[in-house]
Amino acid sequence: MVSDWAFIGIFFFLAVFFPLVPILAGVALGPHKPGRVKGEAYECGIETRGPARIQFRASYYLYALVFLIFDVEALFLFPWAVAYGRLPLYAAAEGAVFLLLLGAGLFYLWRKGSLAWR
Amino acid sequence: MGDLFTAVTDFLNGLLASRGIPDAAIPWIFAVARAFLLGFSGLLLVVFLIWYERKLVARMQDRIGPNRVGPFGLFQTFADMLKLVLKEDLVPPRADRILFSLAPILAVMGVVGLWAVIPIAATAYGADLEVGALFLIAAGSLGTLGILMAGWSSGNKFALLGAFRVAAQLVSYAVPAMLAVLIPVMLSGTMRLTGIVEAQGGMWFAAAAPLAALVFLIASLAEVARAPFELLEAESEIVAGYHVEYSGIRFGMFFAAEFLHAFTIGALLTVLFLGGWRGPGAEQYPTLGAVYFAAKSFAAYSLLVWARATLPRVRIDQMLDFCWKVLVPAMIVLVAATAVVDRALADSPPDIRQWALLGLNVLVTAAAVALLGRRPRLHPLTPSPSPDIRRDHSSSNPPIPPSFSRHKPGEGRGAGGKDEGGGIR
Amino acid sequence: MTADQIVFLVFSAVGLGLAILSVTLRNLVRSAFALIGCLFAVAALYALLEASLFVAAQAAIYAGAIAALIVLVVMLTRREQGEQTAQSHRYAPAAALLSAAIVGGIVWGLSQYMFFGQTASALPPGDPVMELGSALVDELRFLLPFEAVSVLLLSALIGSVLVAGGAGKGKE
Repeated sequence: MVSDWAFIGIFFFLAVFFPLVPILAGVALGPHKPGRVKGEAYECGIETRGPARIQFRASYYLYALVFLIFDVEALFLFPWAVAYGRLPLYAAAEGAVFLLLLGAGLFYLWRKGSLAWR
Repeated sequence: MGDLFTAVTDFLNGLLASRGIPDAAIPWIFAVARAFLLGFSGLLLVVFLIWYERKLVARMQDRIGPNRVGPFGLFQTFADMLKLVLKEDLVPPRADRILFSLAPILAVMGVVGLWAVIPIAATAYGADLEVGALFLIAAGSLGTLGILMAGWSSGNKFALLGAFRVAAQLVSYAVPAMLAVLIPVMLSGTMRLTGIVEAQGGMWFAAAAPLAALVFLIASLAEVARAPFELLEAESEIVAGYHVEYSGIRFGMFFAAEFLHAFTIGALLTVLFLGGWRGPGAEQYPTLGAVYFAAKSFAAYSLLVWARATLPRVRIDQMLDFCWKVLVPAMIVLVAATAVVDRALADSPPDIRQWALLGLNVLVTAAAVALLGRRPRLHPLTPSPSPDIRRDHSSSNPPIPPSFSRHKPGEGRGAGGKDEGGGIR
Repeated sequence: MTADQIVFLVFSAVGLGLAILSVTLRNLVRSAFALIGCLFAVAALYALLEASLFVAAQAAIYAGAIAALIVLVVMLTRREQGEQTAQSHRYAPAAALLSAAIVGGIVWGLSQYMFFGQTASALPPGDPVMELGSALVDELRFLLPFEAVSVLLLSALIGSVLVAGGAGKGKE
């Protein structure tokens, strides 16, 4: 049997072609009639006014950052979750402490109002 | 006939060997064939899924759904896909061509890639990854990147805005999803998806940890941006959000990816919480296991379709509130408590353990609901003074929602009366 | 040339190419996505070493969270889509020379390391993930760093609030 990651590699390599083939078929088979109006950005039929700039909202950045932190935490928790069943009780408690510390951080953010979508 | 998969495998191996192909190459050829089969059947399944969903939603809305093209409208999706392929391939001139083309490919890869690790039967799976559960999370992040790429490269500021909001939603709901996946890993002691299914021989994890299953379902619904969390691609409102500039088969790929992702969530729920391929007689006859898996996944998928047809949309601030202030704290408490309870009772008979875990889940759910009920934003709205004026989400002056820390429930209701009518009822 | 070596060379070339693209492309968003591609290529190199947990960590955290954050920030701060940045400056040749010298020095230093040029040893028997999990909560091994990581992440959370200026400001 092929090793697991080799299979994943083959799988993703093939997975590139599954959407690529229909898209190429679309490019090949569709008509080509570019027009000025067709090329404009879609704004419900109204013409574009002003530069295409998005106001910076801290919320986007904060959510991504909190996700990053919980992602790293999950990375540490998964091996713990696999192993804690075979270890004494304090091992489970230590992992719980890890998790609750971050819960406290989340609570701080909550109270600070950073989690609100403004 | 009992073990169809091993039988086919052996047959093909024998066939290849008899044709004189060197022994070393056979597993590789077979791996390519398996990968192709898994991926391709996923895409074929999408065709059926779209028809199934349209029919089901139609029946729930007291109409018939597609019934013209083919018997019972079965060929409708083929016709739609064919139409999409034949449309003009329009790449907006302002678009970043490379990224624009890459985005739908990433979106599809992020979903199809999940099927590499899902065990369909005892002997039928792609790769039995040692870190299967983490792989699910990694493949999910690929979809988020595809969406950001799509929104940016469209050259349309509304597409970009939509992409940011969807990305915020996806990224937020990934956290409770990850924490919910921790529970089956904890209860089975392995990250391998095959191991998780095998550990559910005594009792499904949904029975031992219903809250985790529910949170996983809700968080995954939000991950796919499906109803009731589909604010960013609400067809009647913001008009498609991040993929507004996509047309033809490029859009078709986003569309197919979304439906496949929805079904994949049903499949993952089945594997993680509903016992996967387990069922009476499944150990002796793996083919039967595949049947059970398909039945359970479809049942879960039908649940998702039901939610879509029934529930109104959730506003984005309510959505993110619900995630960070209800789901994540609930899951943190649940994971921590489950670990302690599970280990403390490890020497007790399994029945007591399971009842204790179930009781823990009920407790945490009750606490979360109690917490939920006290928050003005999610409180049921009292009818506004003029009930015949219809308010919609896209009103030009959205009222500023009351902030959590300064409102008691009474005040919140007053301000909530002016709120748009799209809240959770 | 074994299959392993060929795969290694391919992914290394892809990773290096994407890294060079990331540094030299004028369009910042494209270069951010090139960085993500490079990180996935590194994950593939980890897969060659059968380090499953690292592949998942690299893909889920590095490429999926950190690089996504970078992409998000780049998109939020760009004024328009076609914006290009200046590519070279006065000291570019001197910088290139210095970088080459540093890289050469590092390679030479590594080659003196006694494990250079040997094939990787086989993984020890037993379940590596389980081993890691046990090690993380063993007070004789990695318990203190484990809990310290939690405190570190907590400080990162709090710091992010301070950096972003308290409650999220900004209007649509």
